[in-house]
Amino acid sequence: MSTSPMNMTRQPALLGTSGIIFLAVLVAVSVLVPVLNLAVAPDSAVHVPTYVVSLLGKYLTYALLALSVDLIWGYVGILSLGQGAFFALGGYAMGMYLMRQIGTRGVYGDPVLPDFMVFLNWKELPWFWYGFDMFPFAALMVLLAPGLLALVFGWFAFRSRVTGVYLSIITQAMTFALLLAFFRNDMGFGGNNGLTDFKDILGFNIQADGTRLVLFVLSALALALGYVLCRFLVRSHFGKVLVAIRDAETRVRFTGYRAENYKLVAFVVSAMLAGIAGALYVPQVGIINPSEFSPANSIEIIVWVAVGGRGTLVGAALGAVLVNYAKTYFTSGILAPYWLFMLGGLFVAVTLFLPKGIVGTFYEWREKRRQHDDIPDEPLATPRPAE
Amino acid sequence: MTATATLAPATAELATAEPAPAAKKELTEALLYLDAVTVTFDGFRALNALSFTVDPGEMRAVIGPNGAGKTTMMDVITGKTRPDRGDVFFDGGITDLTKLDETQIATLGIGRKFQKPTVFENHTVLDNLRLALKGQRRALPNIFRRESAAARERIDEIFETIRLTEHRDRLGGALSHGQKQWLEIGMLLAQDPKLLLVDEPVAGMTDAETAQTAELLRAINANGHSVVVVEHDMTFVRDLGVRVMCLHEGSVLAEGTLDQVSANERVIEVYLGR
Repeated sequence: MSTSPMNMTRQPALLGTSGIIFLAVLVAVSVLVPVLNLAVAPDSAVHVPTYVVSLLGKYLTYALLALSVDLIWGYVGILSLGQGAFFALGGYAMGMYLMRQIGTRGVYGDPVLPDFMVFLNWKELPWFWYGFDMFPFAALMVLLAPGLLALVFGWFAFRSRVTGVYLSIITQAMTFALLLAFFRNDMGFGGNNGLTDFKDILGFNIQADGTRLVLFVLSALALALGYVLCRFLVRSHFGKVLVAIRDAETRVRFTGYRAENYKLVAFVVSAMLAGIAGALYVPQVGIINPSEFSPANSIEIIVWVAVGGRGTLVGAALGAVLVNYAKTYFTSGILAPYWLFMLGGLFVAVTLFLPKGIVGTFYEWREKRRQHDDIPDEPLATPRPAE
Repeated sequence: MTATATLAPATAELATAEPAPAAKKELTEALLYLDAVTVTFDGFRALNALSFTVDPGEMRAVIGPNGAGKTTMMDVITGKTRPDRGDVFFDGGITDLTKLDETQIATLGIGRKFQKPTVFENHTVLDNLRLALKGQRRALPNIFRRESAAARERIDEIFETIRLTEHRDRLGGALSHGQKQWLEIGMLLAQDPKLLLVDEPVAGMTDAETAQTAELLRAINANGHSVVVVEHDMTFVRDLGVRVMCLHEGSVLAEGTLDQVSANERVIEVYLGR
């Protein structure tokens, strides 16, 4: 490989070793989980019950969400404490489609209006519910709703050069404002209860084992594609500018780049990824309500990424799965009341003792081992402890 | 005041007679033209009716005590700070720099090296140069950008000039202080600016490195780039062998050869010491 002209070398591959392992694991679970669910007898020790399939599917959508945060936090230094808003918007877009699919099977049997609207004595469908009976339109909205919000919000924020903790605070305010708005019944999104009681998706029964498996595999696929997209972006010249902005924004401006435009593109892509994650999450958990907008949710995502390793992509996904597995495990036992303390403690511990997260620390260790004989696999971003 | 020193014009009086911007074209052939530029921070006059010009292809050294306004001058030229009053024109009076922001000014062809070496620490030295290299700056096209053979050649040339060829795969942050300074100068070169503003390039360098830096800047200047260097190191300024301008309290105190300026009574009083 060193036969090429002097500076052609040293470009990290589209998928590093860790990326290949990551995708291999995703392929493996996409095959294994359906097999263990369908082909293994329910009383067998290795049988995967359907509720576990959906639980794992939920973790995968969280992993995609964490990936979207890592793209902007790990590589651009934008600590968004409102990423949950984009996730929830994608979820609501999917939820609206699922509500329209219920048709006459609702409690009130209205062919057009969802139950909560009948209950509120609404006579006709609000204009913004039009089109959501068509899946392609809803799918488009899954991308457009979070994407447009990110575009408008980011355009103002980045153009005014709001950075650091101030940016974090206004992203937090954004998701809180949406939380309050979506709580209101007259917003037309089901208020406090949100959207639920879904029946089917694209004609398939949403409760059926087969549908659950397909949703699970689609979540794995979305995570894989999301990873490849992020990896492609951060390896490109564009991505190098992003890291440069993270480390020395002023330098970037004086070099002739419009830092705000780069941030905006990354922010919009990230919001859309979060939206896709939300859209896959909703059919698997069966409900979307305003609590998804709660600021605490967005902060939790940051913890996932910090635990896994900021600026490593794979680490973000790993962190999301690990922390959520721990959450499932601990919130169902006698330790349940203490989960939030554990989560908080985890964040403090990671910040103090594992500032690069699990994967970041592993990379560091690996690089030390082969400092002399090889080039690092992931020189794109060395995550830093805090913003 | 000695007769040998070329004194700056009494700019404060000139400032009142402000020519129309359109007239600048005929008025100046200078690459950089500052006229009666005043910047005030909370009542402190960082620049006080500062006027000077830099000709195309010229290299100029700027000296002066701390707080004389050297860095503020660079901030004004590069669009980081907007002047309260005064004109800043570039490229023979064509472009009014006070109307543009940092990015636009950088794109016009003014490169800046900061006082504290500022390179992209988590990028390799090679990527630092790739990022700086003149070319596409827009976000979306850069997602699919491929490096051209010409770009590769140009980068190799710059590596030769700044003598960092063997460090190309190290991270920017892993370089020594002096190497970072050179890398930053290399990044400026890669931008191919008409004018380089270089703030204290030899601060913290060894004597050998200082001499090499002087050589480097002379070579850059000989290649047709105009250069403005702010520096305290008088040996280095002497090595450069160019026209020197001494700033004091935000305006030009004296201008001329180093010998002329250092013989100036006022310069000795406020800066060089007796």
